[in-house]
Amino acid sequence: MKILVCITHVPDTTSKIAFTDDNTKFDKNGVQFIIGPYDDYALARAVELKEAHGGSVTVLNVGTAETEPTIRKALAIGADDAIRVDAEPLDSYSVARNIAHYAKEGAYDLILMGRESIDFNSGLVHGMVGELLNLPSFSPVMQLDIEGDTAKMSREIEGGKEFLEVKLPFVAGCQEPIAEWKIPNMRGIMTARTKPLNVVPATEETVQVSAEKFELPPEKGEVKLVDPENPAELVNLLNNEAKVL
Amino acid sequence: MHIKEEHNLIRQSVRDFAEQVIHPKAQELDEKAQFSEDITRQMGEMGLMGMVIPKKYGGQEMDYLSYIIAVEELARIDSSQAATIAAHNSLGIGPIYYFGNEIQKEKYLPQLCTGEKLWAFGLTEPNAGSDSRGSKTTANLESGKWVINGSKIFITNGSSKMSAGASVQTISGRKEDGRKEYSCIIVEKGTKGFTSRTMKGKMLWRASDTSELFFDNCTVPEENLLGQRGNGSKIMLSTLDRGRLSIGAMGLGLAQGAYELALKYAKERHQFGQAIGKFQAIAFKISDMATKIEAARRLLYHACWLVDTGQPFSKEAAMAKLYCSEVAREVADEAVQVHGGYGLMKDYDIERFYRDQRILQIGEGTSEIQRLVISRHLGI
Repeated sequence: MKILVCITHVPDTTSKIAFTDDNTKFDKNGVQFIIGPYDDYALARAVELKEAHGGSVTVLNVGTAETEPTIRKALAIGADDAIRVDAEPLDSYSVARNIAHYAKEGAYDLILMGRESIDFNSGLVHGMVGELLNLPSFSPVMQLDIEGDTAKMSREIEGGKEFLEVKLPFVAGCQEPIAEWKIPNMRGIMTARTKPLNVVPATEETVQVSAEKFELPPEKGEVKLVDPENPAELVNLLNNEAKVL
Repeated sequence: MHIKEEHNLIRQSVRDFAEQVIHPKAQELDEKAQFSEDITRQMGEMGLMGMVIPKKYGGQEMDYLSYIIAVEELARIDSSQAATIAAHNSLGIGPIYYFGNEIQKEKYLPQLCTGEKLWAFGLTEPNAGSDSRGSKTTANLESGKWVINGSKIFITNGSSKMSAGASVQTISGRKEDGRKEYSCIIVEKGTKGFTSRTMKGKMLWRASDTSELFFDNCTVPEENLLGQRGNGSKIMLSTLDRGRLSIGAMGLGLAQGAYELALKYAKERHQFGQAIGKFQAIAFKISDMATKIEAARRLLYHACWLVDTGQPFSKEAAMAKLYCSEVAREVADEAVQVHGGYGLMKDYDIERFYRDQRILQIGEGTSEIQRLVISRHLGI
C-alpha cells in the first residue's frame, strides 16, 4: 500500500503571534516551527498502517527550503521518502493543485493529511485535493483501519459519529484519536539522514487569494476574582457587568 | 557552536520524551525513592543507550555532542533519569567499548545498547573517593581465574533488576618497582561471591539506582580482564575524562530547567501589584542565570567538539564539568529564591532541582579535583 501524507510547517502552538509589513505577513522572527499537529496524527497512523500491512509512506510538503527540518522530522518518525514542492504555500487552492499533481503522479492508495493546518486553519485542502483527483474525501477522520482494498473509518459529525466503509483510494483529513503522536527515536533520526528528500518544482504558480490584512484578537481584559463564599456577587457581575445571563 | 539540523531534532525529540514520559512521574518516583524499570526501558527504546557506539554493536553511531544534548535534555526535567543514562553510557558501556576485546564487545554491548540491561563501573570504595588509588579491592590470578575480594560504594546502576554486572577496578598485584598494579575486571551479576545492595536514604537522584557492591572470593575467568593487565588506572582516567562531559551536561540541563521554572514563576507570581519579574531584583537574577547558562553551554559544546574531532579534551572536559556543575548550583539556588516559600515545598519541581544539583560538584571528581586536573594541564 502506497500512502501519501501531506504535512504543513506551522508555528509551534506556544508561539507568540505577530505580523509585519503593515499587518499583511506573519512575523517568523524567533518562531519555532513544527509539523502541523493534525498532520502529525495522520503521519503516525500512516506509519502504523505501513507497519501492519507493508508498503511505503511518502510525505509531501508545499514549502520553501526552510521547511526541510520539519520534513526531516517526518522521515525520522518513519516515512520512507519525501517530496518538497518548492513554493510558498500562499493559498489553499494553489497548495491543493500542487499536491494533486504530485499525488496523481505517485498513484497513491491513500492520501492523508490533517483536518486543517494550525496557522491559517482553512481546512479546505483535503476536500480540494479529492475534487481535483476525482476521489472521495472525508474529514475529520478519527479512526481508520484498512482491510484489503477497503477502509473502515469513523468521522465526527454534528452531535455524534459516523461509521463509514469506503474503497481505496481516497483522501482523508485526520484528527485525534486516529493515532498517538510519535516521538522520533535516535535510530529514526540517524536513518532519516539518508532517506530521499526530493525537491520538485511547483506546477501551480497562480495564487488566486492574497491576504489584505491580519488582525489579532483584542487583548484579554482584567480578571476579576470572586470569593467562592459569595455566589451572589458572581451572579451580579455576570448579569450586570458581563451581561451574559 | 557546531550545531547541525540533526542536533536540533535530537534535542526536540528527547525534550518531548522527557516532558511527556518522565515529567508526569518524576515527583512521585523521587518521593518514593523508586527506580523505574519502565522508564529505563523506554529510554532504551528511544535509543538513548549506546548513542556513540557503532551500529555493529547495536549502538546509534552518533557524535558525542548528540549524546551530551540528550543528557542535557533529560536533566532539564529529571536528574535521576539523566543519571541512569549518563552512568550507563559513560561508565557502563564506555570502558567495554573503548578497552574491551572483540569477544567482550560482541558479548556485552548489544544488550547494553538496547537498554535491555544496565552496566556499572565499580571504582569508589568506602575509604577511596578522590584518592582512588587508595582502593583496597584485590584480584588475584589463581589457576587461570581472578579471585576478587573487597567492596565498592556509590555505584550507579549496580543493583536494580536490570543490572547485568560491573567493570570493577582492582589491585591485581605489584609492579616490578613495588607500586600497586591496577586492573579492571568484568564481573557479571549472578557470579558466586558477588552481591549488590541498593543504598537508601539519599537526598538526591532518588529515582536512580545507587548501590554497594561486595566481592567475597568472587571468582571469574581470566579472560574477564578488561584491557591489558596493569592498565586499570588508564581505563579509569580515560573513562572519567569522557564521563565528566556527561556530568557537565547534567549541570547544564539542570540549570536550564531551574532557570525556566524561575522565569515562568517570575511572570506568574504577583506581589505589590505586579509580576515579580518586573522588579529588577528578580529580573537581574534571571538575566544572570541565562548568561551563565549560555557560557556553560558554549564551554561544554566546545569540549564535545574536541572529542568529535579527535583532539585532546581532558582539560576542557574538567573545565566544563567544573563550570556547568557550579552554574547548576548557582542557578538552582537563585531559582529557589525567586520562588520564595513555595520553592521549599515538594509540590514545586524547583525543590527537587535544588537537591539534585548538589551531587554535581561531588560525583565523578569533586570540583576541587577538577581544579587540580586543570592546574596540572596549566603546568602548575
